[in-house]
Amino acid sequence: YSIIRSAAPFAHRYISTETRGLIQKAIEERPVVLFMKGTPKLPECGFSRAVVQVLDLHGVPEDKLKAYNVLSDPELRSGIKEFSDWPTIPQIYVNGEFLGGCDILLSMHQSGELEKLLVDSKIIPEEIPADK
Amino acid sequence: METVSPGPIETSIHDKLLQALKPSSLNITNDSWKHRHHAPMRAQGGGNGETHFSVQIVSDAFIGKTPMQRHRMIYSVLSEEFAQGLHSLSLKTKTLDESGDKSSTSDI
Repeated sequence: YSIIRSAAPFAHRYISTETRGLIQKAIEERPVVLFMKGTPKLPECGFSRAVVQVLDLHGVPEDKLKAYNVLSDPELRSGIKEFSDWPTIPQIYVNGEFLGGCDILLSMHQSGELEKLLVDSKIIPEEIPADK
Repeated sequence: METVSPGPIETSIHDKLLQALKPSSLNITNDSWKHRHHAPMRAQGGGNGETHFSVQIVSDAFIGKTPMQRHRMIYSVLSEEFAQGLHSLSLKTKTLDESGDKSSTSDI
């Protein structure tokens, strides 16, 4: 038998079924769902701020984005880490699928992969409006 | 400014990544001081000085792995450190080939 030295490495307790259900519902509610520190208008961490800025740069409209502030909800903060099996915040979901954190999003932005994903998912229009 | 020797978490990160991924290059920077004023850190009394790190790592263990897979490899090696107060890890991962690409900029 293997000795389990630490349960749930990134969370200190197991996520409840209820919390898991709530998170599952949240990531399906809007095309882009962000779990961050602070709010899009008032980010409380540089990495969260960077993610908000990148999404804003691509013109993701407000009605297609939902941001959750993990600092206001300790249950969510530990729950999302276990749900995604990812130990850090921010976390970005697009179309219910986990993309990763700030580093990955920035990398996708620089490579053009993010724009392609957002356009293919019809989250943003293909052409950039002339007055943007 | 005096050089501070690596704390226990930085040492642990270094040793574990070295052993697990056998990198050809591993660079760890302690960024905790830059984040000590953030709300979550203030709540912890500024943190223990080992909360935020940047890791630049070149390893052929990353060949064929997507960025997310690479990050997950690193996170799983460091699960204990995350339980002990490590808060944030900025990651730049490359294979040997990727790091030798002269046309790329120094950021990823």
